Amino acid sequence: MKLFTRRSILKSAATASTLPLLGQSAFAADPLKVAFVYLGPIGDHGWTYAHEQGRQDAIKKFGDAISTTIVENVNEGPDSERVIRRLSEEGNDLIFTTSFGYMNPTLKVAKRFKDVKFEHATGYQRVANMSSYNLRFHEGRAVCGTIAGHMSKSGTAGYIASFPIPEVVMGINAFTLAARRINPDFVTKVLWVSTWYDPAKEADAAKALIDQGADVMAQHTDSPAALQACEQRNLMAFGQGWDMSSFAPNAHLTAIMNKWGVYYNDRIQKALDNKWESTDTWWGMKENAIEMSPYNDSIPADVRAAADAIKDGITNGSVNPFSGPIKDQSGAERLAEGALTDGDLHKMDWYVEGVQS
Amino acid sequence: MTTTILISIIMTVVGASTPILLAALGELVVEKSGVLNLGLEGMMLIGAVVGFAVTSITGQPLLGIIAAALAATASSLLFGYLTLTLTANQVATGLALTIFGIGLSSLMGEPYVGKTVEVFGSWFPDSLAEHPFLRIIFGYSPIVYFSLIMILVVSYFLKKTRAGLILRAVGESDLSAHSIGYSVIGVRYAAVAFGGAMAGIAGCYYSLVLTPLWSEELTAGRGWIALALVVFAAWRPSRLLLGAYLFGAVMTLELHAKAAGFSFIAPELLAAMPYLATIAVLALISLHRSGGTAAPACLTKPFKPTA
Repeated sequence: MKLFTRRSILKSAATASTLPLLGQSAFAADPLKVAFVYLGPIGDHGWTYAHEQGRQDAIKKFGDAISTTIVENVNEGPDSERVIRRLSEEGNDLIFTTSFGYMNPTLKVAKRFKDVKFEHATGYQRVANMSSYNLRFHEGRAVCGTIAGHMSKSGTAGYIASFPIPEVVMGINAFTLAARRINPDFVTKVLWVSTWYDPAKEADAAKALIDQGADVMAQHTDSPAALQACEQRNLMAFGQGWDMSSFAPNAHLTAIMNKWGVYYNDRIQKALDNKWESTDTWWGMKENAIEMSPYNDSIPADVRAAADAIKDGITNGSVNPFSGPIKDQSGAERLAEGALTDGDLHKMDWYVEGVQS
Repeated sequence: MTTTILISIIMTVVGASTPILLAALGELVVEKSGVLNLGLEGMMLIGAVVGFAVTSITGQPLLGIIAAALAATASSLLFGYLTLTLTANQVATGLALTIFGIGLSSLMGEPYVGKTVEVFGSWFPDSLAEHPFLRIIFGYSPIVYFSLIMILVVSYFLKKTRAGLILRAVGESDLSAHSIGYSVIGVRYAAVAFGGAMAGIAGCYYSLVLTPLWSEELTAGRGWIALALVVFAAWRPSRLLLGAYLFGAVMTLELHAKAAGFSFIAPELLAAMPYLATIAVLALISLHRSGGTAAPACLTKPFKPTA
């Protein structure tokens, strides 16, 4: 593995013209070169950390058959385009770009480097050599919501949200719908913090929500700061992206684990077998790409059973987190029966009943 | 709004204000001596990671804080060597120090990701620190009281002491100070070191008190707010206190207002308030002084003694 920082990549770009780096992968015996572009530091213990665990899975599975490169801390925008182009020039065969904001830069580079395969996370643009992929985080939200509905005494959850995009709105709605199936008066108070990562702000947001009566906290931001705030006040919270129980052993009820490795292994295998083609993938519990971390000991057996029932139901297809009837925030009926389609979810810009924002 | 919520909000505001107050206070002294150190963010991060690491190893938060102050001072002296002895450009070197601090703290913090330490909380007995009302006075980390004492100390030092007068002289007219026999470079080194120590303590307030964990770029840009605060305060310690709590209040109240469901003002506007306020104050100062600014006259000017 080679570890590059963004800056060393830019620096090496200056000397690259003198080095015969291109065409390294022309030899058949060479391992498949796989690159990952990360938004944050591996040490964020959230989003990027989960992707890194996925890469580790792939290294474990494929060993010498692949060689991997990572670039951390890549800003969305022009910076990322330079990094992605550079990785393409260096002869990488398969490049995963792991944040929404890399979509257009990836597309631009993909159109120029037709022989390189690109995989963009959480976006919607695709071409012949560029796939898109995402995970069904909202399935995990439904399990969290079920637990919250049982465990919350005040019937009020706090929800620290980053940016109002469908993926985040979906999570808020899935959580609230599940909680209200247990406790029809359940309320989710949403606080938008306009950041994916700012520990001090996330902690302050958690405190503000606690002051408003929330006794259980969910988050769509990346740091464990909110969990610590709940731990200090003897309240409950859910981890985000990966198991965060080490930060809040009492407060941490469970966490949604983003198992990107399941997808990475599948795609790398296809690339090795020359069966790779551009697709759109949205995997969840059924594919073992979303898992829940171990439940806290404080969760009673009947609540565990209820949570497991949701988990198993989603896995075998008998439960849909977005099945009707669904009312929106104003109380008007949005869906009488059946379930919202993936297309509906991708466009979701409204809250279900019980969300306060 | 009940009293409990009000007390809780005030305590959150104090929590958010203390680190920027400490960092800005150090920077104020540095700038008063005629040096602009833009490396606050980097020094804070070095302080945050060293403070966390030492506390995590020894279990002694006080040792952690001292180590944080020393480590950040060392990084500030590196800045001092480059800008004062080698007379490198202060703006460029300061920015380099920030980037260096981000990188070094990430590297040093790697073994500590995912760990946590006990919160460095109030030293007062629980009957006071956890009291529903008295906690508004007694419920803070010792660093909070330290920051308030330091405001008084720095204020007194700059206004009333001979050494403070010399420091200001060096910042306002380095050549005059030099010609009457004061060591301009020596005074500036001391100021830069003090700024580093304060930034280090500010940094470990994040990793030991506010969010007792280490994670890369933990301070998330607060160093830049502290820099803006010095300008906002027009280089006066008393106004710095006011400004820090105002900035802290704006940052925190935005969240509380949204959580309580008030939407009379766009949150984006509220988030931009500290910076808008800084620009407004700058404009007011220059109006008041008919074109001049309150900045020390020798700020960012390198000093080369002539024989």
